[in-house]
Amino acid sequence: MAAEVSSKYAVQMHGITKRFGSFYALTDVDLDVEKGTIHSILGENGAGKSTLMNVLYGLYQADMGSIYIGGEKVDIKNPTAAIEHGIGMVHQHFMLVENFTVTQNIVLGSEPTKSGITLNMKQARKNVLEIVEKYGLDVNPDAKIRDITVGMQQRVEILKALYRGAEILILDEPTAVLTEQEIDELLAIMRNLIKDGKTIIIITHKLKEIQASSDMCTIIRRGHYIDTVPVKGVSEDDLATMMVGHAVKLVVDKAPSNPGRVVLDIQNLYVKNEQRINAVKDFNLQVRAGEIVGIAGIDGNGQQELMEAVNNLKRCKGKIILDGEEIQNRNPKYGIDRGMATIPADRHKDGLVLGFSVYENAILEKYRSEEYSPGGRIDRKKMRSFAEELIQAYDVRPEDCGPRLAGGLSGGNQQKIIIGREIANEPKLLIAIQPTRGLDVGAIENVHKMLINERDKGVAVLLISFELDEVMNVSDRIAVIYDGHIQQIFEQGTVDNRTLGRVMAGGTVDEEELKAVKAAVEAEDAAALAHDARLAAIEAGEEIPEEADKFATKAFTPVTRAEAEAGETAAEEAAMAAQAAADAPADIIAEAVAAIPTETPEAPAEATAAPAEAIEEPMTEAQVRENIRALEKQLEDTQKQLIAMQQKLSEMQ
Amino acid sequence: MSISSDTLLLLLGITLMYSTPMVFAAQGSVISEVSGVVNIGIEGMMTIGAFTGAAVGYFSGNPWLGFICAGLAGAVFGLAHAFASVTCKADQTVCGIAMNLIGPGLALFLSRVFFDGATQTLPVVNKIPKLFGSRGLPGTLNNLNVDVTTVLALLVSIVMWYIFYRTTWGLHIRAVGEHPAAADTLGINVYKVRYVCVIISGMLAGLGGAAMTLAIVPQFMPTAISGQGFIAIAAVIFGKWTPHGGYLACLLFGFAQALTVVLGGGRFAVPSEILAMLPYILTVLILILFVGRASAPKANGVPYNKGSRV
Amino acid sequence: MKTSLRRKFFGNPFVLTIIAIVLGFAVASLILLLAGFPPKESIRTLIQSMIGRPKDIASVIIRSTPIIFTGLGVAFAIKTGLFNIGAEGQYVMGCVVATMVGSMLDFPKPVAVLMVVISAMLVSALYAGFVGLLKARLGIHEVITSIMLNWIALYFSNWICGLNFFHKPGTIGMYPVNDCTYTMILPMWKKTEEGQAFLASHPLLQETLGRTDLNIGFIVAVIAALVINYLLNSTRKGFELRAVGQNIHAARFAGINVNRSIVHAMMISGALCGLGAAFYVTGQSPHTVSTLSAFENVGFNGLSVAFIAFSSPIGCIFAGLLFGGLLYGGAGLQSKVGAPTEIINIVIGVIVFFCALSYLIPRFVDRLDAARENRRKLKRDAKAAAKAAKEAAKAAKKGGN
Repeated sequence: MAAEVSSKYAVQMHGITKRFGSFYALTDVDLDVEKGTIHSILGENGAGKSTLMNVLYGLYQADMGSIYIGGEKVDIKNPTAAIEHGIGMVHQHFMLVENFTVTQNIVLGSEPTKSGITLNMKQARKNVLEIVEKYGLDVNPDAKIRDITVGMQQRVEILKALYRGAEILILDEPTAVLTEQEIDELLAIMRNLIKDGKTIIIITHKLKEIQASSDMCTIIRRGHYIDTVPVKGVSEDDLATMMVGHAVKLVVDKAPSNPGRVVLDIQNLYVKNEQRINAVKDFNLQVRAGEIVGIAGIDGNGQQELMEAVNNLKRCKGKIILDGEEIQNRNPKYGIDRGMATIPADRHKDGLVLGFSVYENAILEKYRSEEYSPGGRIDRKKMRSFAEELIQAYDVRPEDCGPRLAGGLSGGNQQKIIIGREIANEPKLLIAIQPTRGLDVGAIENVHKMLINERDKGVAVLLISFELDEVMNVSDRIAVIYDGHIQQIFEQGTVDNRTLGRVMAGGTVDEEELKAVKAAVEAEDAAALAHDARLAAIEAGEEIPEEADKFATKAFTPVTRAEAEAGETAAEEAAMAAQAAADAPADIIAEAVAAIPTETPEAPAEATAAPAEAIEEPMTEAQVRENIRALEKQLEDTQKQLIAMQQKLSEMQ
Repeated sequence: MSISSDTLLLLLGITLMYSTPMVFAAQGSVISEVSGVVNIGIEGMMTIGAFTGAAVGYFSGNPWLGFICAGLAGAVFGLAHAFASVTCKADQTVCGIAMNLIGPGLALFLSRVFFDGATQTLPVVNKIPKLFGSRGLPGTLNNLNVDVTTVLALLVSIVMWYIFYRTTWGLHIRAVGEHPAAADTLGINVYKVRYVCVIISGMLAGLGGAAMTLAIVPQFMPTAISGQGFIAIAAVIFGKWTPHGGYLACLLFGFAQALTVVLGGGRFAVPSEILAMLPYILTVLILILFVGRASAPKANGVPYNKGSRV
Repeated sequence: MKTSLRRKFFGNPFVLTIIAIVLGFAVASLILLLAGFPPKESIRTLIQSMIGRPKDIASVIIRSTPIIFTGLGVAFAIKTGLFNIGAEGQYVMGCVVATMVGSMLDFPKPVAVLMVVISAMLVSALYAGFVGLLKARLGIHEVITSIMLNWIALYFSNWICGLNFFHKPGTIGMYPVNDCTYTMILPMWKKTEEGQAFLASHPLLQETLGRTDLNIGFIVAVIAALVINYLLNSTRKGFELRAVGQNIHAARFAGINVNRSIVHAMMISGALCGLGAAFYVTGQSPHTVSTLSAFENVGFNGLSVAFIAFSSPIGCIFAGLLFGGLLYGGAGLQSKVGAPTEIINIVIGVIVFFCALSYLIPRFVDRLDAARENRRKLKRDAKAAAKAAKEAAKAAKKGGN
């Protein structure tokens, strides 16, 4: 619930409601951020966290609610007003003018002048350097934005805010595009800022990040305020549950892979980028039938160029062999005709013709076959029946979307059409690039299931994603791409995020270390299993042997610490824990695990049955009174509701 | 044949003369395009300016009053274009085409209304003066006795360059054309900047038209403005969307036209029609050789939608 | 959410065109009024001069034919994602080539006509295809190259006009095309005594066929519109071209050869302009091309026609007729009311302007609908809440007893 308005809070947003047309993006959301703290706003994609911050930054106007800065009520009409109140925002997609210099970008909109309108760039440069030095935000003020790294660009964004005297800094998904090293540097910068009395608000859907950075966390779900909790003392699981509303499985269920012949074989591939520099160099990778190979890496390490070369959208040097036949340097049709299907990263740009109907989009590749256009004339009946089948099979909603424009569907449903269309070609090789970008949790699970399903049918699947968790969970083998080549390949379940992160930033892991990591991962898995078992057992009301409980809790703790500290000792510790986990309590865990699945499904049935029975029984007087009280309360509530609605109604009219 | 200094002076004089209306229009095109609004209606705005200038100049007897009114008339068209393309986010090319239909249509309509059904105005009594007065310079040097508007065009170009690269306004205009959302978050009013730029664009186009009908010829006629607006747009592309580049490109096109005049009189085997094609062929060639699109403002032609969901 | 009837009505391009046309006339009336002409009478006169007599109707059709062709070319290009502002230049090229070929030929009629038509189409198609090639290969925007090529075509036309071989002495134009290429309806028979006598006894035919250059161009234009409509919406090629036009990236990703598509689309668009040129030269006097001091705007008018028709090939027929009618009627307006004929350009310009803005109307209706839906929902919710409250009260009372 909303805290009292007070000057100890840097920002307070009370009862914020924001509507887009008839869609409520935010409903009665509260936020209280204490001065000098790092405060996370957690929520899924589309939960409304960015909207909330855009309201705070004056990009949107709230329909209802009030904002207080330092205990004073303010009216933030536009970003200028926000800046005046000491609020700065770093957007997820950087708001930088590419062919301006760093200095020009920083001073834009509040430039030092000589005589009113004449620019004083010397002064500007000096001002920028001052802040750079004060907070250790090392960046070259004269470089053009298009020539500097993403990490540097983010610093420019932060500098932009600080230059305008920001006391409150909003960071929208700040780590999405950074390497692990850059993230560490960012955390250091954030600590510097806090030391100087600044307040930081982070928008994120990454649980780990919150643990690493924040003091407090506010959770938003589908535009509604859920809770604000101190980060210390809350587990990732709890946060995840609050974020999505129901317990989500963080691991994807799948059987071990059964790889067959080599379907895709990329040999010594070189691809140039727009600047004519080799973005992919000496790239080698094989994908076999019946396995999913995931390419993990930071955006900008050659994934884009690799995809373009494989899809024949770009010339390349080297060989791309599809089922024994070289397909490089042809045209996109060549690969498609030979059994390649691609789910592109940008479904609006590459995947769909938004101005075409769903029908037409369904046959975007098939249209040219004699079957679908005999003699050059499109067979509309055939098109319709195929598309309807696809809509049915993939549960595209709304059901009657066929004749409508694809642009009107939601992201998840659009993705279903693309996946369905690609799979309908019965490919030998399925390439999925960022297939779950911008989808909600349910849709993500669906997409992952479809990929695994294809794998089980014997299709070779290549997954390219910037979401490390996605690659780790879905892939059978994880190939890390760094600077245009494969840095190292790992089997699934032998490596953890931290290590992968290091490899993604250009490091390597040797045998020895890998063993320790593998042990740690196994330990973590075992611990997680034990932990799950414990939770499940508790939920099922099962009595847990005290020893097993103690162990399950204990096994869980050291591994998470190992994860956080990472190093030889930690790995050792983890290995030991793994050993312990593997030895002693196997039977106990097994017992606990065994206890759950048979019990849980029945339990709710009983639970619902029970009240029904209770009603049949004659009530005691006390029960009757209790009931009356409850009903009266209900009445009161509904009346309140009624008044509120009538108020709204009159406002509308 | 040797080219005498007299011929060179003549060429230079005609080059400057022909390029003047285009320079105004090109600066108008630059400021609009750099702010992110395609203005293909420059031609129509020039025509209405050409008529207004000549008509006001005729009735008032004061060419400068006509010149200013021409700018205002162009600005009104600029306002209409800004309203459609900035506020309504309509297709900018279609709007520009509409301007090109309405501009000449209205100019000729008004000409017929005010000049007894004639599609051309009566000659103005006072043209815009020459730089060195009516007595001029001795001998062939008099070729350099250009119209004052020619100097004005150069001044406008210099001022434009200064604004673009040395002032906060210029930084704002360029930012709005490259990344309007970034400019918006920094408190720059994208709509306002674009409105001002497009209105100025119309005003400069109008002045360009008047530079034709108040200085080069003394009256408005249906063919007074025939293609200068489009060449100005080409000059802007040629000049890579910079005021100075646009100015030089206009001089080049003016030179090509001067060649037609000076050399087209049968002394060369090249027919005048082929010479007249030169500026256009040149532009196409340059486009092919230097693939010019790269330096266009990033958000050029893209309406900015503030309310769209992030 | 279900689309309301109102939304469907205002989402219809035909309705939007009508609104734009009405607004166009409204603005024109205002200007006429300000200029001291009676707007009501002017517009009545305008319409009367367009469709008052059978001869007028025939003339409007003749006047419209070339614009329908260029409009069709531009509309086709728009559907395939290209802005063919070069229709003017392609049309000019078509006229020159048709005249050149037609003035040299002496073949039996069908062959001669066919040769003129094919050569004009081919040259115009190549002229447009060059623009497409530059776009596909080098990424140069078609609007820029087209504008340049328009002027090159104009001067090329003038140059040919001036060549001794083609120039007809004593005129400012070329030698007209030979009789064998004429595409008027019964051009020779009309002049025979027998024909004259027949026409004299049939006043309607006399007025339309006898007094005008009624030709088969309009019929060809209608057929062309139908063919283009079929090509776009029902064929493999059309599917490809539209896909490229709507989203070039997705089309490329799906294996469509987008470069080829762009060139083909431009060529077809240009060929339509050339076709229009061929039927203009062969079907209407003076059957030749003159030295031009400025564009005759047939191609540019095609742009307006395409916009007004919202790029529908069939719509281009009607938009072209409207446009041709206004141009033809404008002359009558001047002679009868004295209002300058240029009011027509203003009307058309304003119509185009409002066509560009017309997409705002469905959006506005959407917003109205959303607001209404919202109000209804709130009302429903309130009612439901009231009902629930009543029931709760009842239950509480019952419990109390």
